[in-house]
Amino acid sequence: MFEIRIHSRGGQGGVTAARLFALAAIHDGKYATACPFYGAERRGAPIVSFVRIDDRPIKIYSQIKKPDMVIVLDASVMDVVDVLQGLKKSGKVLINSAQPREFAGFSSVHVDLTGIALKENLVVAGSPILNTPVLGALAKMGLISVDSARQAIREMFSDERNVKAAEATYTEMRI
Amino acid sequence: MKKIATGNKAVAEAVRQVTPGVVAAYPITPQTEIVEQIAEFVSSGELKSRYIAVESEHSAMAACIGASITGTRTFTATSSHGLLYMHEMTNWAAGARLPIVMANVNRSLGPGWNIWAEHTDALQERDTGWLQVYVSSVQEAYDTTLMAFRIAEHNDVLLPVMVNLDGFTLSHIMQPLETVEPGDFIPPLHLAHAIDVTKPAGYGGLTGPDQQFRFRWDIERSMRDSVKIIEATEKEFGSRFGRTYGFTEDYCCEDADVIVIAMGTLGKEAEVAVDLLRRDGIKAGSMRLRWFRPFPKLNLKGKQVVVIDRDYSFGRGGILATEIMAQTKESVFSVIAGIGGQEVTYNDIADFVRNRRTGEEFWFGVNDHV
Repeated sequence: MFEIRIHSRGGQGGVTAARLFALAAIHDGKYATACPFYGAERRGAPIVSFVRIDDRPIKIYSQIKKPDMVIVLDASVMDVVDVLQGLKKSGKVLINSAQPREFAGFSSVHVDLTGIALKENLVVAGSPILNTPVLGALAKMGLISVDSARQAIREMFSDERNVKAAEATYTEMRI
Repeated sequence: MKKIATGNKAVAEAVRQVTPGVVAAYPITPQTEIVEQIAEFVSSGELKSRYIAVESEHSAMAACIGASITGTRTFTATSSHGLLYMHEMTNWAAGARLPIVMANVNRSLGPGWNIWAEHTDALQERDTGWLQVYVSSVQEAYDTTLMAFRIAEHNDVLLPVMVNLDGFTLSHIMQPLETVEPGDFIPPLHLAHAIDVTKPAGYGGLTGPDQQFRFRWDIERSMRDSVKIIEATEKEFGSRFGRTYGFTEDYCCEDADVIVIAMGTLGKEAEVAVDLLRRDGIKAGSMRLRWFRPFPKLNLKGKQVVVIDRDYSFGRGGILATEIMAQTKESVFSVIAGIGGQEVTYNDIADFVRNRRTGEEFWFGVNDHV
């Protein structure tokens, strides 16, 4: 079982990112579940969502306490939330950032999802869309296949800019 | 193609496929997504139903009753206080022998204001004459909603069915979903006692002391008859679509010394606890109760039993534990856990089993009482 926690702010699409990630994993022939943590969410507030991926049906509904990976879609949540809480020693951080970031004791990778979304003109109501480009990063990290990432995005969004942004992320990201 | 869906969306998809004549519902967290999705299906023309946007849950059930008595297929969905507000009408629906199907997204009751999972809402409807089933996955929510129509509308049943899914834990989780083509698995509804303007008849008139008990007994007779209809329907569903269920889902029970009984998602998570316990040499099993009404005969002979109640009857005990203790002489350890969405993990469930004290009651998280 591979467990992922996604940090974002309400309205940035963290829950949709979890859904797309799980859907792509299912297309890869795996079992996956995605769920948001429901508290008092509202636009702009820090929120978390979860993804579980396994080779067998997933029977666990309780929250993820010790993730294998943490995704930070908005670095500003780190001012108010400990994104490393419970992260396994071998765990990894993927952060949306133009520059590399240090996470004491944990390996991390970065990619400028916001910059890519702006470059691809993937902006809705003034906000760059992060949840489809991030699938390119997950594919680059080998967590999902590129084909499944494309398929998952196309099933949820008809606008091809989403696929282009994910492909651009895959190309630009260095790991 | 493989899809991903929430528990709520899975219910709505099943409803779309069986095409009720009337859907009357009022939105309430965490059920809202069901009625939103159905309203969207209706407005886009994907579902040719009459959608009645009522002003309350009492009216929702009243509208369903009015629609159902004309012989049309009828669906509604609610949760928590919405269900309690329907209570007068839920009794009426069963008494009038109307095969209404309802999804209830289990949620705690106020005060305090809590929107998270608990079964006390549905269990307060225990004695109304509704069949009650509790599901534990998105797939099961979909499959069971389909079967609920077939069971409710069977001539030997003609009682309403309530499909229960845990608020948020199941209503909002996204899991794989395989849909089916129900075809003639869901035959058209023929309600023999539907109103007919060419044959006027009275309904729900004054019923004296020499008659009322006959109507009540008739409900119970159908409730007993529903056992074999449920078995036959689930068997046919399995042979047609490849997924089988049952009154309980038993996991490692045969050689078990101790069996965990729970409903809903906790009953599924308990299977993971069983795996942990078996690795430690503890012969545990899990019996997830699906159908609460009619209540099945459980084979617990020679087993210790740990019952997890996500509900409570004040002054008596866990409602599921009470039902089970009334049926078996085996000793029961009653655990009250998951109230109002309280986090309960498979490790916690394994601990309940390891530290069981049969004959006692344990409130998880309440140290004063243990």
